[in-house]
Amino acid sequence: MSLDPPLALLAELTHRCPLRCPYCSNPLALARASEELSTEEWARVFREAAALGCLQVHLSGGEPTARRDIVEITAAAHAAGLYTNLITAGVLLDAALLQRLVAAGLDHVQLSVQDATEEGAERIGGLKGAQPRKARAAALVRAAGLPLTLNAVVHRQNLHHLPELIALALDWGAARLEVAHVQYYGWALRNRAALLPTRAQLDAATRCVEAARAAHRGRLVIDYVVPDYHARRPKACMGGWGRRFLAVSPSGKVLPCHAAESLAGMEFPNIRETSLAAAWAESPAFTAFRGTGWMREPCRGCARAELDWGGCRCQAFALTGEAASTDPACALSPHHHLLAEALEAAGTEAFVWREHGAAT
Amino acid sequence: MTPRFAPGVRLQEDRARGRWIVMAPERMFVPDETALEVLRLVDGARDEAAIVDALAARFDAPREVIAADVRALLEDLVARGALMG
Repeated sequence: MSLDPPLALLAELTHRCPLRCPYCSNPLALARASEELSTEEWARVFREAAALGCLQVHLSGGEPTARRDIVEITAAAHAAGLYTNLITAGVLLDAALLQRLVAAGLDHVQLSVQDATEEGAERIGGLKGAQPRKARAAALVRAAGLPLTLNAVVHRQNLHHLPELIALALDWGAARLEVAHVQYYGWALRNRAALLPTRAQLDAATRCVEAARAAHRGRLVIDYVVPDYHARRPKACMGGWGRRFLAVSPSGKVLPCHAAESLAGMEFPNIRETSLAAAWAESPAFTAFRGTGWMREPCRGCARAELDWGGCRCQAFALTGEAASTDPACALSPHHHLLAEALEAAGTEAFVWREHGAAT
Repeated sequence: MTPRFAPGVRLQEDRARGRWIVMAPERMFVPDETALEVLRLVDGARDEAAIVDALAARFDAPREVIAADVRALLEDLVARGALMG
């Protein structure tokens, strides 16, 4: 089987962030500023990614604009020939910074929103006054002529505001809205009982998205990421391990997905010690679950093995203790009952907000 | 309509894979040969009829067949947010 090159690079520039969302996709053990890659190291990563076949880079974090060199980093990604996407909370963006980012070649902005109301957004994101700053960031992005995607992470405590979130996307001038149900790794797994939606909430959300797609066709594209706790078949996580996508962490670890550091015991290549091409092609971390050879029953020989690639390794590890297990989201998994049990236990309200040094 | 690429959308060569792609915010489309011929003519100046004319001059197919293909393709790409009319 020939090895396809990756399509997209997730560049997690920093784990620093003014927000403290309880479903943050960063690992529980957050990297310190002193460990972060330099501007020149990122420039090298971008050149190697483009040479390898990557077409897009997602400049993410943490909050990418918390880096003082975000303009230089964006310029380096653009110079490498990558389509540059800034994934931001927006609260640090001002007109001057945005103008410099546009001049550096920024192609697109994805702005997160935690809820449709100011109070809800403040509580979930853990930052006072966040919502008006986000509204201002959206206006700046549109005024600069850049396309805007709004990213609404949805869960048990804000799904009742989904119609208002869709209205907010239209009001803020987004051409695209991502309605992303929380996925349960790291911080979100820790807060699972407070975040898991009910079946009725999920069904209402799905109907709401379908109606809005029809109503705003040609004006607003809505991407919908469903939660797999109510599913019978797992998602094709990352389009398959090491097939299309790679991430680089703030400290230079090359990862098959942004949550992969949760796989205890797995060693990841570091860009400070190897090339991106070598990490992609031959590092044990990338080859461990690539393709179908690693699969056990019931994945082995399953007609869907090359459709869902066995689901998510991080979820398999988090719920069963073994990364090579079938994702419990699959009804054929002997661990499938764990999801129903988690849904039964859900319904708490209190969050553990993300913070440095909280991981134990 | 006079189609043009939506903000942040462009036709770009994918050298590593020897093909052309439509790059869009957090997405990419791989146009088939017909779609690629149409997209190469999208410049914000040519209207739909001019695109059909240009294709009719190059390809040995009835103009109404080409026009129907172009219509369907443009409508699809507008719905997907890649083009604006």
